[in-house]
Amino acid sequence: MIQGLIKTLAGAAVAGLFAGPLLAQDSKVSDEIAKYREALADGNPADLLEVKGEGLWSEKRGPKNTSLEQCDMGLGPGKLEGAYAQLPKYFKDTNKVMDVESRLVHCMVTLQGFKPEEVTRNWYSKPGTESDIEALVTFIGAKSNGVKINVPATHPAEAKMAKMGEYIFYRRSGPQDFSCSICHGQEGKRIRLQELGNLTTKDGAGFAMKTWPSYRVSQGAVWTMQRRLIDCMRQARWPEPNYLADSIIALETYLQKTATGTVMETPGIKR
Amino acid sequence: MKLKIALFGLCTAALAGSALAEAPGGKYAREAEQMFRASFRADNPKYWMSRLEQDETMKTCGEYRDNPPRKIGEKLEKLNKASIRYPVDGKLIGDWKEGEKLAAVGTGGHIGFIQPDPAGRVRGGNCYACHELAKKEVAYGTIGPSLNHFAKIRGNSDEIIKYAYDKIYNSNAFTACTNMPRFGLHSWLTPEQITHIVAFLMDPESPVNKD
Ligand code: HEC
Ligand code: HEC
Repeated sequence: MIQGLIKTLAGAAVAGLFAGPLLAQDSKVSDEIAKYREALADGNPADLLEVKGEGLWSEKRGPKNTSLEQCDMGLGPGKLEGAYAQLPKYFKDTNKVMDVESRLVHCMVTLQGFKPEEVTRNWYSKPGTESDIEALVTFIGAKSNGVKINVPATHPAEAKMAKMGEYIFYRRSGPQDFSCSICHGQEGKRIRLQELGNLTTKDGAGFAMKTWPSYRVSQGAVWTMQRRLIDCMRQARWPEPNYLADSIIALETYLQKTATGTVMETPGIKR
Repeated sequence: MKLKIALFGLCTAALAGSALAEAPGGKYAREAEQMFRASFRADNPKYWMSRLEQDETMKTCGEYRDNPPRKIGEKLEKLNKASIRYPVDGKLIGDWKEGEKLAAVGTGGHIGFIQPDPAGRVRGGNCYACHELAKKEVAYGTIGPSLNHFAKIRGNSDEIIKYAYDKIYNSNAFTACTNMPRFGLHSWLTPEQITHIVAFLMDPESPVNKD
C-alpha cells in the first residue's frame, strides 16, 4: 500500500521532471525536484530499503547460518554508528583499503560463508530483481546520518589510494576524450540540465558525497557509490570496471578525503 | 646581462610552478595506471579495451590537470592541427537540418554489460550537452560557451566556416586540453556529418542564427 503510493508519487514526479524541459526553463525543473523532495520529505523510498537492510543485517543467513552483527566495518565488530562516514579505510585483516561495499562482501563471505560470486551476482537491482547489497548499504549508510565524513587518509596505504584516485580522476581516454575532471572539475557547470559540482573542492565533493547512497528518481532505485561511479565510466564511453575494483575504491578514497568534514545526509534523493 | 636575469627569473618561475602543481597521482602515477588497467574483465572485446588507450594529448592533459604550460600547449595544438582531414569534395557546408539532428543526439557509443547502446544506435555530436545553440532548446549544458547566433556574431566568411569545421574535427588544434571532444580525430563523426553541423552553426536559416 505505502509502496504503491510512493510509486504513484514517484511516477508523477518523474513525468513532471521529463515533461519540464520541453515546456519550461531549467529553474522549473529544479522546482520540480524541490517539490518532489518535499513530497517525500518523510518518505524517501530508500527508507523502505533501509528497513529491509536492517533485517538482512541481523538475520542468520548463508551456509554458516550467521548474522552480520559481528561484521567489523572499521570501528569494531558490530559498530555501525558513523562507520560509513570513515570509509574507505585500511583493514589489517585483509591488508587492503576497503570501501563499504567491499567490506560488506568480505563479511558476507567470511562470517556467513557465501561465495563471493554468489553475493555479488545482484550487486545492483534490476526491475524485478532486488539487491541485498543495495539494502544493506542503505542501512549501513543511514547509520552515519548526521556524522561528519572522516577519511583523512593518514595510513600510508590510504594516502596512496587517495593519490591513485586523483590520478584516475584526471586521466583522459576514450572516443570523447573524457576524464572525470571534464565533467566534475569546475564550479557551476551543467551537462544538459544536470548540475555538476566541482568534486576537487571540499564544498563540491562534500555536497555530492554526503548524500550517498541515494534514491535515484530517474532510475526508481537506490544507487550505491560503486554504482554511481561505474555508471559515470559508462557515460565516459569506457568499458565498465569490475564491481569492487581497486580503481573505484581509489576514486572513493580521493573523493571522501576531499569531502572530509562534511556532515552526512543519507539516504539522499537525486534526479 | 638583463636578458640573462630575465631568463633566470623565468626558469625559476617555471620550476616553482611545476613544483606546486604535482602531476596527479604523484609518485604513484605509474602504479595507478596499472591498477586502473587491471580493473576490467580480461575477456572484454578488444575494441572496448582500446578505449583505455591514451594518445600524447590525453596523457599530457592529464599530467597537467588540463592546464598545460603554453609551450607544451602549442606543441599539442600543432600536433592536433595536423590530424584534420577534409571531405573529398572539399565542401565544408552541408545540410543544416541534418546538422540540427546530429547536434541534439547524445546517445551512441556506450559499451559494457549494464546499459550498452543497442548495435547501430546513431552517434551524435551531443553539442547540447555542453553548449546553447538554437534558442528553442532549453535543455542545454554550460561546460562550453553559448553558440547561439554563432554566424550572426562571427560572420560567415570562409575563414569562420573553416574554423568551425576544424574546431569540431579536432578541438585541441586551437585550445590544447579543452573539455570539448575531438569528434573527427576519433571518427566519432564523419567529415560529411561535420559539414552538416557546420551548416547548422553557419546557415542564416538555421535556428542557431535565425531565432
Ligand atoms: C560525461 C560527463 C561525466 C563524466 C566523464 C563523469 N561523470 Fe560523474 N556525473 C555525471 C552526471 C551527468 C552525473 C549526475 C548528475 C545529476 O544527476 O544531477 C554525475 C554524478 C556523479 C557523482 C554524484 C554527484 C552528486 O552530486 O551526487 C559523482 C561522485 C561522480 N559523478 C563522480 C565521477 C567520477 C569519479 C568520474 C570519473 C570516473 C565521473 N564522475 C565521470 C557526468 C559525468
Ligand atoms: C563535453 C563538452 C563539449 C561538447 C560535447 C562539445 N563542446 Fe564545443 N566547446 C566546449 C568547450 C569547453 C569550449 C570552449 C573551449 C574551447 O574553445 O575549446 C568549446 C568551444 C566550441 C567552439 C568554439 C567557440 C568559439 O567561440 O570559438 C565551437 C564552434 C564548438 N565548441 C562547437 C561544438 C559543436 C558543434 C559540438 C557538437 C558537435 C560541440 N562543440 C560539442 C565543450 C564541448
